[in-house]
Formats: sequence, C-alpha cells, structure tokens
Amino acid sequence: MNGFATFEDTDLAALRAICGAERVTARDDIGEDFLHDELGDVRGRPDARVRVLSTAEISAVLRHASARRLPVTVRGSGTGLVGGAVPVFGGILLDTSGMTRILELDEKNMTLTVEPGVLLMDVAKYVEERDFFYPPDPGEKTATIGGNISTNAGGMRAVKYGVTRDYVRALEVVLPSGEVLELGGKVAKNSSGYSLKDLIVGSEGTLAVVSKATLRLLPLPKFKISLLVPFKDLASAIETVPSVIRASSIPTAVEFMERDVILAAEKYQGRKFPDRSADAYLLLTFDGASQGEIDLATEAAAETCLAAGASDVFLSDTQERNEAIWSARGAFLEAIKASTTEMDECDVVVPRSRVAEFILFARSIQKKHGIRILSFGHAGDGNLHIYVLRDALGDEAWRAALSGAFDDLYGRARELGGQVSGEHGIGFAKKSYLGRSLPPEQIALMRAVKAAFDPLGILNPGKVVSGGPCRPSERNP
Amino acid sequence: MKILVCIKQVPGTAQVEIDEKTGTLKRDGVAAKTNPFDLYAIETALRIRDAAPGGGTVTAVSMGPPQSEKALREAFAMGADDAVLLSDRAFGGADVLMTSYTLAQGIAVLGAFDLVVCGKQTTDGDTAQVGPELAEWLGLPHVANVKSVDKVEAGALEVTADLPYGEVRQRVPTPCLLAVEKDVCEPRLPSYRLRKATAGREIRRIGLSGLRDADPKHYGLSASPTQVKRIFPPPSGSGRTMLEGTAAEQAAALADILEEGKFLR
Repeated sequence: MNGFATFEDTDLAALRAICGAERVTARDDIGEDFLHDELGDVRGRPDARVRVLSTAEISAVLRHASARRLPVTVRGSGTGLVGGAVPVFGGILLDTSGMTRILELDEKNMTLTVEPGVLLMDVAKYVEERDFFYPPDPGEKTATIGGNISTNAGGMRAVKYGVTRDYVRALEVVLPSGEVLELGGKVAKNSSGYSLKDLIVGSEGTLAVVSKATLRLLPLPKFKISLLVPFKDLASAIETVPSVIRASSIPTAVEFMERDVILAAEKYQGRKFPDRSADAYLLLTFDGASQGEIDLATEAAAETCLAAGASDVFLSDTQERNEAIWSARGAFLEAIKASTTEMDECDVVVPRSRVAEFILFARSIQKKHGIRILSFGHAGDGNLHIYVLRDALGDEAWRAALSGAFDDLYGRARELGGQVSGEHGIGFAKKSYLGRSLPPEQIALMRAVKAAFDPLGILNPGKVVSGGPCRPSERNP
Repeated sequence: MKILVCIKQVPGTAQVEIDEKTGTLKRDGVAAKTNPFDLYAIETALRIRDAAPGGGTVTAVSMGPPQSEKALREAFAMGADDAVLLSDRAFGGADVLMTSYTLAQGIAVLGAFDLVVCGKQTTDGDTAQVGPELAEWLGLPHVANVKSVDKVEAGALEVTADLPYGEVRQRVPTPCLLAVEKDVCEPRLPSYRLRKATAGREIRRIGLSGLRDADPKHYGLSASPTQVKRIFPPPSGSGRTMLEGTAAEQAAALADILEEGKFLR
C-alpha cells in the first residue's frame, strides 16, 4: 500500500544503532498513549517509537527511513486535536519530546533559541523570569514548541500579538532525505526569496522535521487588566467586538462565553464564577507598560461596551480575581468534555465581522441534527471552537448527526469567507473539509510543495493534503 | 441593618521587603491591593445587607496610610455604601493588639451598628487575630472561621464555622462580629459603573484627635506589646514524632521534648 516498505527487524536494529537500544521501543511495547493524540479516535500503531535527542539523530533516522521508504510521523507532547501526530500508516514515530534544551537567550536581538521538545509553559516561564515575553498563548501549555510551530498555534493573545508564525525568526529543519537546512535568521526583515521558514510553520510535520527554533521575543508588559462584560445575549456581546477593538488600544484577548458553558465550568471546578447576572459575556484583556496605559484602555473599552448595551463592566486587576475568571475559562474544554459522553470540535475561523452570525447559525442547527452544540472562543480573531456533543446518541446516530452538523458548519464558514482551521490544523481529521473548502488548484499547488520537500511521501503520510485514508471507516486500527 | 466591614490594603505581590529595624513591611513603591480575604468579607457584608429584612448599609473601615483610600474606593465599586479611613502617623507600626484597639476606637465613634465582618486574616501579617481581638475590645460575641452564612433575621444570624474538629452551626445575636473564610462565597468583581458613580463620594477620615482615647502613647509601634525581631522564611522539614499513651503520658512526653529543645524555661 502506497509503496511503503514493511518494517523489519533490521530496521529496528538500524534505529537502535542510531539512538541506542533504550530510546527505541518496538511495536507491541509502545504504550497506548502513543497511538493517538488528544482527539482520541484517530489511532495508529507505530512499528517503532524513537526518542531522538539531537539534530544528528533526526537526520540519521530520516536517512534510514528514506533509504527504506518507511513512513515517519513526528510527535511532541501529543496534545494535538486533529490526529496530526498519529502514525496512521505505522512506521516510525519520531518523538522529539526529549529535546528540551533552551539553547540561547539573545538579549540584544531579543530571540530565544530552543530545541523542539521544550514545552510552551517552560518557554513562557523562562523568558518572563528575565523580563521578556513570548506572546503566542494557546490554551494547551504542555504542548511542545515544535508542535506549536507545526500547527502555527494561535491562542488567546492573537488579537493583539498574532500567532506562532509571527514569532518564528529562524528554523533548523531536517528534510526527509536527512539533509539539514537553516531557514531564516535573527533578522527582523527578510525579502530573500521564498520564505521556506514560513512554509514550514503550519505544515504539520509533512514537509520537514523542526530540530531547532529561534523565537522572537518582546519586552514583558508589566501591567494588565481583564474586563468581564455582561450582555443580555450573545449576539449583542459579539456585535460589540469590532468597535471594542477599534476603541483605543488593541486588547490582547477578546473571548466570549455563554451561561451554559460557565455553568458547566462551575460544576466541573466546584467553584462559583464571580458573576451570573447575564446570558453572555465578553472577556477582554489589556496589557501595557504602565498603569496609565491600562487605565486609558479600560475606560475606552468600558465606555464602548456600555454604549453598546452592556449592563456593566467588571474589573479584574489582581491575581486572585484573574484566577477566578481565567481558571473557569481554562476549564471550559474539560468541563464540556465532562458533561457529555464524546465530542468533536470544529475550529473554524471567520472574519471578525461575521462571528455573531456564525455562532447563531451553529446554535440554530442543534434541533435539525438532534444534537447539543456548545461554543466559546476567541471573538476577537474570529477563531471559534464549536463543540458537537454526543450525549446519549447511539453509534450510527452520532456519526450521522456529527457529519451532518460538520457539513453545515464548514459550509456556512465557507460562505462567510472563513477557513477550516484557525489554529488546530488539518491533520488527519479535517482533511476532507479542507479538500472541500479550497479550490482544486490550491490543493494541487500544496501537493506540489509537499512533493518538492518530500518526494517519497514518507513524512507524516495521510495528513493535510496527502492521499491515503480519510473517512473514519478507513482509519488504521 | 448597619454593617461594618474591616479591610486592609496589602502588598500586591508576594515579594515584599521587610524593614529590618522595625520588622514592619516596607510599603513604599510597592503596588498594593485589597487583602484577598477581605474581598470575601465585603461580599459577605453585601449579601447580608441585601438579605436583611428592611435592608441596610455597608460601611467599609480601614486603618492605614492615606493611600489605603484606594481599597475603600474599591469597596465602593463592589457596592459598599460608605467608607471610613482611620489614618494617623501615631497608628503606624501597630501590632495585632494595637491594630484591633485602633479599629475598636474608630468603630466606637461611628455610632450604633449590628454587625462587623472581617476577613479571616491578611496575606501580609497572617495572624488571623485582629477579628476576634476587635470583638473583645468592642465586647461583642464573635464567630471566627465562618464558612457560610445560613440565615439572616432581625436580631440574629445563623452561621457555620469551620473548626479543626468539625463544623459548628450557631445562632449569634446581633450586634456581633464574623471573621470569614475564603470558602464563604465568591466575591463579586468591582464594577466600572459603580466606580464611576462613586468617584466623588466622600471617605470619612478619622485621626487620633477624633478618637475617645486620643493619647498617642496608646497607639502604634511604641504601644505594641509584641515586637517583631526578625522575619524570615521558616525552615521547612517533614520530621514528625508521634506520642503514645494516655493524655497525661503524652503531655509529660511533650513537656520533656519542649524542655529538651529549650522551648521552655
């Protein structure tokens, strides 16, 4: 199938010769955790899991895989949500989670150079202790930087600061052939040919393996405030967002949350949310270098919200208060999970001006498909997390309802000028929707890019735009 | 129902410098916030006010330097009706006993009230003694470690206290004092609307001359019976000795250990 070679004992021996026996685990000895990511239902058993510790080892493993035509899937912490790190064709699982060294903080150029296995939370802690700031802030702090780069992770602060791609200055990558490339550099500008570095960011491990990353840092903003703004309903909350963003300084985050989700979080956490007066809330955060800056931003945003019909604006300016709000926000996903039997998520992104319309649409299709749909997310950047919940549905009914709901959601997103994924990526699970959302010419161009980097098709096969299985029934057990 | 709530401004971060000479906190240049426990006290006071038959008022009372006004303004933004700042150079450096005495003197000139609510403790001093001591100075019944307010009636409250050996639900006649735990409720956030509406509201200032006992020697650092010699992080260890036998045998064994360790003279 697909021209891949069968993994032999000799391959195992070759990998052990590269990395040492203790860092290579063979098929049946590989723990259950490594057969899936956080999405759970896309599964695949690798023939070998190889815990690499250096660029040289990555290169040697890839050279071997190329020579033998063995599929290679890169994995960090396995916190992805689209099956991107699942070896659906088996082969080698290249585990970079052991490459956890922080290599250099360059204070003059304001960059941090790290190995791909460093966790996002460790990057944040390291730089903040030294008064620097790495802005990308996806909810999953135990993700690796390599994983964040692979999916071009976004997160809460994208409204003001942008996404991972905006903070990658340089990459060292290993091509499937084993060749090592240095892309980009510690430069603030770069008009030197096609930006291969930017192409690698977001390529979900299908073009090359990231072995080192140089990240761009900012000075740490010392002051911040969150505003919790109650509205009578979700539509009026979300329709206020564009004017809030224009009001004065750009908020770092604009999140929306609804009563149902807040109640689920209260139940899950056993802790009350600080306000329950409204059906819908916006949560705005501002940061800045001085208290004055924060005060100005607060006043402009608060007045804008009140003029737009908010019943009040609540101020959260201490650690305890922020914890009360943000711990609930952080628990939404787990709380929703705990409230149902199974769920799937759609991570679409639509233009900021169409968010309200899209959310109301998502809510309106619940009845049609006989299914519960909850949502929360980044109202400021238009990236929505829509959760379709299984509850008590039987297997067949669930599959039909889910696929019907997803077809509707992705279809509507397309009509509104949106895209399939805002930050989770396409991976395995969203492939068919990408295929339907982009014109064939674009998919063909993407496949040509893939073939240029990976002519043998060994890197993360079956993902994003590459061929292979697609529908759940064809998934590798 | 007239409710007083005692609040204190504390350093905004955990990293605070100590004045080696006086053993007191260096407040200059440190961002301040309302003592987190006091937010629960404010919330409790507001809820009792709103539940009280015939309504009531909440007056926030703080003893501290002039900048403590910020904590009182925040109490306004949470819904307090009135605020009093006890501020005088003579009050500076007060220990637990002198703090509670000063608060008691201040409260004595505010007229009749039904209830005083305090947070269990502050995050800077951490003694959890001001509330109960204040009640003693004022001659009030008090309940500390209050984890829930169960019933609000004219003339009495029913509350549950969280004690080391269990929970005690009790009925307290008013006037009384409650020192509340963090579990008692989730404090509301300050409201921008209320902050704006109360920006011009007066905060009553009371100095030494406004108190019944106006003798400066009775206040502050010099009148404090306890003096802080040194503040340092406690050495952490996990050693443990279990004593066995009857209560008398255990007590005797404990006395021996204390003597051996030169804890007793």
